[in-house]
Amino acid sequence: MFEINTLLVGLLLVNFVLLGASRLGTSVRQVAAQGALLSLLTLAEHAGWGAPWRVWLLALGSGVVKAVVFPYFLRRALREADVRREMEPYVGFTASVLVGVAALAASLWLASRLPLPGPVEAPLLVPVSLFTLLVGLFLLVSRRKALTQVVGYLVLENGVFCFGLALPEDAPLSVEVGILLDIFAAVFIMGIMIYHISREFDHIDTDRMSSLRDEAT
Amino acid sequence: MTAFLAALGLIMAGGVASLLAGRWRSRAAVGGIVAGSLCGLVAAVRVLIGGPTPAMRLPWRVPYGSFSLAIDPVSALFLLALFVLAPLAAVYGGRYLEEEHGGEPLGGVWFFTSLLIAGIALVFTARNAVLFLVAWEVMSVAAYFLVTFEHRRDEVREAGWTYLVATHLGTAFLIAMFLLMGRAGGSLEFDEMQLGHASPAVAGLLFVLAVVGFGTKAGLVPFHVWLPEAHPAAPSHISALMSGVMIKTGIYGLLRVLLLLPSPPAWWGWLLVAMGVVSGVGGVLFALAQHDLKRLLAYHSVENIGIITLGLGVGLLGVHAGLPLVALAGFAGALLHVLNHALFKGLLFLGAGAVAHATGTRDLDQLGGLGKRMPWTGGTFLIGAAAISGLPPLNGFVSEFLIYTGAFAAALTGRGALLVAAVAAAAGLALIGGLALACFTKAFGAVFLGEPRSPRAGRAGEVAAALRLPMAALAAACAAIGLAAPWVLAGMARTLAQVAQAFGLPSPDAQIETLRGALAWVSLGALALLAAVALAVLARRLLLRGRTVTAAPTWGCGYSAPSPRMQYTASSFAQPLVDLFQPVLRTEATATLPSGAFPGHASFASATPDPAERRLYRPLFAGVAALFGRLRWVQQGRIQLYLLYLVATLLILLLWKVR
Amino acid sequence: MDSAPILRYVLAFALAPLLGGVIAKTKAFAAGRNGAPLLQGYFDLAKLLRKGTVYSTTTSWIFRAGPVVTVGAVAVALALVPMGGARAPLAFPGDFLLLAYLLAVARFFTIVAALDTGSAFEGMGASREAQFSALAEPGLVLCFLALARNAGDLSLSASLGALSPAVWRSHAAVLALVAAALFIVFLAENARIPVDDPTTHLELTMIHEVMVLDHGGPDLALVEAASWLKMWVLGALVVGVVAPVRTGIPALDGGVFLAAMLVLGVAVGVVESAMARLRLLRVPQLLVASGVLAALATALISG
Repeated sequence: MFEINTLLVGLLLVNFVLLGASRLGTSVRQVAAQGALLSLLTLAEHAGWGAPWRVWLLALGSGVVKAVVFPYFLRRALREADVRREMEPYVGFTASVLVGVAALAASLWLASRLPLPGPVEAPLLVPVSLFTLLVGLFLLVSRRKALTQVVGYLVLENGVFCFGLALPEDAPLSVEVGILLDIFAAVFIMGIMIYHISREFDHIDTDRMSSLRDEAT
Repeated sequence: MTAFLAALGLIMAGGVASLLAGRWRSRAAVGGIVAGSLCGLVAAVRVLIGGPTPAMRLPWRVPYGSFSLAIDPVSALFLLALFVLAPLAAVYGGRYLEEEHGGEPLGGVWFFTSLLIAGIALVFTARNAVLFLVAWEVMSVAAYFLVTFEHRRDEVREAGWTYLVATHLGTAFLIAMFLLMGRAGGSLEFDEMQLGHASPAVAGLLFVLAVVGFGTKAGLVPFHVWLPEAHPAAPSHISALMSGVMIKTGIYGLLRVLLLLPSPPAWWGWLLVAMGVVSGVGGVLFALAQHDLKRLLAYHSVENIGIITLGLGVGLLGVHAGLPLVALAGFAGALLHVLNHALFKGLLFLGAGAVAHATGTRDLDQLGGLGKRMPWTGGTFLIGAAAISGLPPLNGFVSEFLIYTGAFAAALTGRGALLVAAVAAAAGLALIGGLALACFTKAFGAVFLGEPRSPRAGRAGEVAAALRLPMAALAAACAAIGLAAPWVLAGMARTLAQVAQAFGLPSPDAQIETLRGALAWVSLGALALLAAVALAVLARRLLLRGRTVTAAPTWGCGYSAPSPRMQYTASSFAQPLVDLFQPVLRTEATATLPSGAFPGHASFASATPDPAERRLYRPLFAGVAALFGRLRWVQQGRIQLYLLYLVATLLILLLWKVR
Repeated sequence: MDSAPILRYVLAFALAPLLGGVIAKTKAFAAGRNGAPLLQGYFDLAKLLRKGTVYSTTTSWIFRAGPVVTVGAVAVALALVPMGGARAPLAFPGDFLLLAYLLAVARFFTIVAALDTGSAFEGMGASREAQFSALAEPGLVLCFLALARNAGDLSLSASLGALSPAVWRSHAAVLALVAAALFIVFLAENARIPVDDPTTHLELTMIHEVMVLDHGGPDLALVEAASWLKMWVLGALVVGVVAPVRTGIPALDGGVFLAAMLVLGVAVGVVESAMARLRLLRVPQLLVASGVLAALATALISG
């Protein structure tokens, strides 16, 4: 259960599923799974069951928020907005997976070059975290639905979180909790926004909102 | 220091509680502000009457920052103005907001009011540049949210935007100034800066940066454009706070920096005198041309800031010329005018709010006849109007008297440039006084005298006691300072001593004694005036006893069917002066003249836009906008594209780093 | 204590209406008429004080406050003016500022009382009064500044006390400039030709008279008294500059002062007979000129 590499491979696979998923429901489920995996990973990094109480607190907290609360919000937003699929993304699903492969390669290369403050126990940790980060960014850039954007944002954050685990000196609890709170607020607001956007415009396609931009006067 | 920290704590606690308190929102905030201000008054007065200077310094994790506060006599005087006006404005606002906007959420406006007051208090006491800037921004941003309280109206949002841009441009200059000060002085702690031996070039640059940065907040011409937009937009008690105290933070900052800088060269004094005269005359001229009561008052703030700056300039000239009496009189007048302006401008804005509340309009040409319908508001507004016109026996005369004395004392012995500056100051003050009198007889007359010019004004009634009481208190304070002038100056002795010491002047006791002697005569003259008036009232009462006193319509000079519409309006009252100063004001008038044997509809409308805004800032900002407009292609309105910019930047930086 | 200042103050009170009589008589003489008696001012006062009064229904307490505040302010202002070589009852550094601003108090209340009637004509007069007095203010203050600089002292009694025929001989140009500027202010502030015509019968062209149209009875008496006192205050300043005779005998100095005041009245009468009033649009130029003259005088005095 606390085998780091297994968990990392799990994360990796989840990322690929996210890249190839067209159903929004799947995306939400996958991102929930990713949250759960990360929370386990936190414990695994810190000696499994014997982790100190504050690590437990962090792991449980982030696990509950990312695997239970966020998905709940997002599913509710989905229901309210009544959309199921990501139609016509800027980059097709197959192509996305291929991009994912390229991103993985890039992450591995980057990880080998990146100067880190100390040695890392699990060699996969840094590349996977970079990969997660890149996938998050890619999802943000290439998808149209507001909901997928939120998913991308979450994945991006997961990457950052994961990268944080790679650092030998762990960030203070307060910082981690603060970040968690930030994301919580962000997702909360985005959930509300998605609902309002869909009510106002009958869709949640962000590209169609370009008409809101400040026109030249 | 405990009392001061308790003041901050109580004020903020009230503000936060107001967010949560539901129906009790206004009471929670008002309670916090009143209780906090009382604590703050204790702290300030203790310093002014000779107590030790409380100070504290806590470490702060912000780079170069420290949480260091001190209440020296200069800070205490400014705090006094704040903590006198704030509770009165709050009590007024509590009732005003509930009556005017009862159905809307008010927790936010109270929170920002508390934040504004606390921010100003911190600005007046911060002794570290970083803390000062943080407090400065807290204050400025809180004020922004208060200005845009009625954000559903287009012009309010516009005003808020103008304010926000102006205040941040000003802050940019301040940041530059503090960075330079830190470099030249070796520290960002005010008490540890060693600027005494800064080169003239550096000191001059610092001075100019301070004048621009602080002048923007204070509303000195030509940095004043935000002021007549923003002050009328806010609710009236907020306008009172902003005009009465917030813009004084600019004066405070300028003075604080002057106290840190090396001995002033003559051109600093000339610059301040020149800016003071231009702001004073310009402010009052533009006030004359306004039709909106609150906008008129806002321009008068520009005028009064001009008078204060004039006083500071006279003081600097005195320091440079080695004339302690000139310096002391100038500084004393400027500092007292800070307090006085807080009192009477606060009073006038509260009165304007009461008028707007009772009639629903601030247009001078729609009002009239309110003196009989709102006797309290009318009476207190009259006192405020007389005070701001510098008339004895009220406080405005005392501070202007001191500044005049400084200018006259400089003219007694001065030669060349000093004489020119002194004559300009004296003539400028006289012209400002005369024009202010014209403007306030216009404002008071148009609002409170004659017959109502619209049905709304005819239906108005007196406002609630919670609105009248703060106005009455401020009016009483105006009169008290006028009648107790020598004691007031004695109360400022420590502040003046601190200023004198910082400028390397000898102990100011002798000069203060001279000025106190003159002020004793001034107060005596004021009392004599009251006695003479009382005597005249008595005489008339005796004469009219048993005689016939009848009531009849106003003599229409032969015309038998006069109507309220035939009264002289505010616009017509001001027209000769406005025409005279047309080259400055550039009032735009549109008229449809009556013609033919049976003239039909005729109309006249005039507007006086601010030329600094029209001719200076609009073209400037239009140029900036055009420049940035070339980058418009970057903006496509697609989130994905913006994110792509981010991703690309990130990746490029990453690759560049690990290359 | 020296009783001369108090005595002079009381005498000024008593004699102020006479000045108007002198002016009127001079004008009548110039026009070849007999004119009203010299003491007409006293007769008017006595008549008005016996009457009841009528208040407009439009007015409030401001209208009633106008005359009493005006007369009170001017009465205190008179106490600040040194006459005939004696110190003023109230003399201190900067007293001329109190003097200038007490006149402003009087003006403020005259204007608001006029506006309180709601009459278009009174509003028009008030508007002109506000305009002209605002422009006359710098001239007056700069005259004081020139005198103070000449004497090296900030009180009016000392400033005027420092003048003497000897000073006139050595500083004729300066003093002539100050006297001219003060005379212009005197004419403008007292509603005389060429700024205002007190004898016109057309409300549209009046300034001061039209502002007090609605006052009657004792109120009008107070208004009249205030304007005579004001004329005396400013006249005493002009005379103090023009005729600084110092014999050392208080009674003689006082007598010379009174004679000079009468001459001033004649001079005003002559000006009024010889000149037409200026167009309203030209008046500001005259007032600005007085300020410039005074500023020039200040610059000419070597400090």
